[in-house]
Amino acid sequence: MESLLSNFLAKYNYWVYIGLVMIGMYAMIAKRNLVKKIIGMNIVQTAVILFYVSIGAKKGKTIPIIAHGHEETGHHAAQAIDYISPLPHVLMLTAIVVSVATLGVALALAIKIYRQYGTLEEDEIALRINEP
Amino acid sequence: MKTFALITVLLLGGLLFYGTPDFPDWGDPASPASLHVSPYYIEHAVEDTAVPNIVTAVLADYRGYDTMFETAVIFSAGIACLFLLRVYRRKSARTRLYRHNLTGVTLRIAKGGKLPEGSAEFERIDSVWVPYDMIIKVTSRLIVPFVQLFALYVIAHGHHSPGGGFQGGVIFGAAIILYALSNDLRRAFRRLSEKAALLASAAGVLIYVGTGLLCLLLGGNFLDYSMLAEMLHTDAIMARSHGILIVEIGVGLAVMAVMVSLYYNLSSAGRHDEGL
Repeated sequence: MESLLSNFLAKYNYWVYIGLVMIGMYAMIAKRNLVKKIIGMNIVQTAVILFYVSIGAKKGKTIPIIAHGHEETGHHAAQAIDYISPLPHVLMLTAIVVSVATLGVALALAIKIYRQYGTLEEDEIALRINEP
Repeated sequence: MKTFALITVLLLGGLLFYGTPDFPDWGDPASPASLHVSPYYIEHAVEDTAVPNIVTAVLADYRGYDTMFETAVIFSAGIACLFLLRVYRRKSARTRLYRHNLTGVTLRIAKGGKLPEGSAEFERIDSVWVPYDMIIKVTSRLIVPFVQLFALYVIAHGHHSPGGGFQGGVIFGAAIILYALSNDLRRAFRRLSEKAALLASAAGVLIYVGTGLLCLLLGGNFLDYSMLAEMLHTDAIMARSHGILIVEIGVGLAVMAVMVSLYYNLSSAGRHDEGL
């Protein structure tokens, strides 16, 4: 029982990201309002970012910036074990900006749809498309 | 619909839950993600590029292609938003509201009426009710320059501390958006017009691609900054460091301009007349 609990706690970052993915997916599927769907999409993106950043972590290690790198070049080589993995950070740095960009385009589409149909509710839009 | 969504989501969650025991524990130094490529970056970044911040070195040098197209993605998002929303309409089509600054009297000018444009005593206000907010305006006037200064610091100091083009660009864009929020959209246009924002976003991408092409012309690979050594009067390693800075400035410019342009288009639904 105790080992089960410690196993559960040792992977707590994954539980958080699974929870966020589930919340976001539910919002994207079940909600009728387009803005709520967009927010759901953003929550899924945040979950993916959390997932990536958390697998790069190393317990008790520091950020991937080599202290006084300029002065000590040559006689002090950095050890990979002392720094957390920089790669997930790099990938997610660009992913954050892309998520903002997709959010902007999605909101622009929502404004356009509202201008065309006068509503953001999915079922009402479907009605108005079939009307004429 | 709701039950279908719930079942799908629970199924997805169950699958993810089922797969998770195979993942490494949190903070495990021997996790596969930190065993293969990243040790090379950590151990060689300083001797290769003289940049202590490994994230910056990987972002703009080792994975330069990725970041270049990432910048192109944000640029095209800004352009897409413009295409979707922008409407070009005569400015005098609607009634406009002006506030007399000294007395607080609001003037309503009907369609085609004569407008006190450019007068110091009158201030154009949005048609939704806007109270005069001295506290917000003065506070933002005090904050905005420091936010912009901090943004420049974040871009320029990205080699040695957390920061870089993306972060600094977003902070700079946030400063301009704060100005637009606390005053109004028209005042923000006087500081950074739509055209200037679009030109800046294109110029940012151009700086990035141009640096890569310059390296190509000087005989190296695309985005191989060490070819710039002769031009910058340094050795090949420092040239990579400087090349990263040039590219980061381009990224910062593009990100800043796209954030501002997205805000302009979204807040006024493309009319660029009255907005948040």
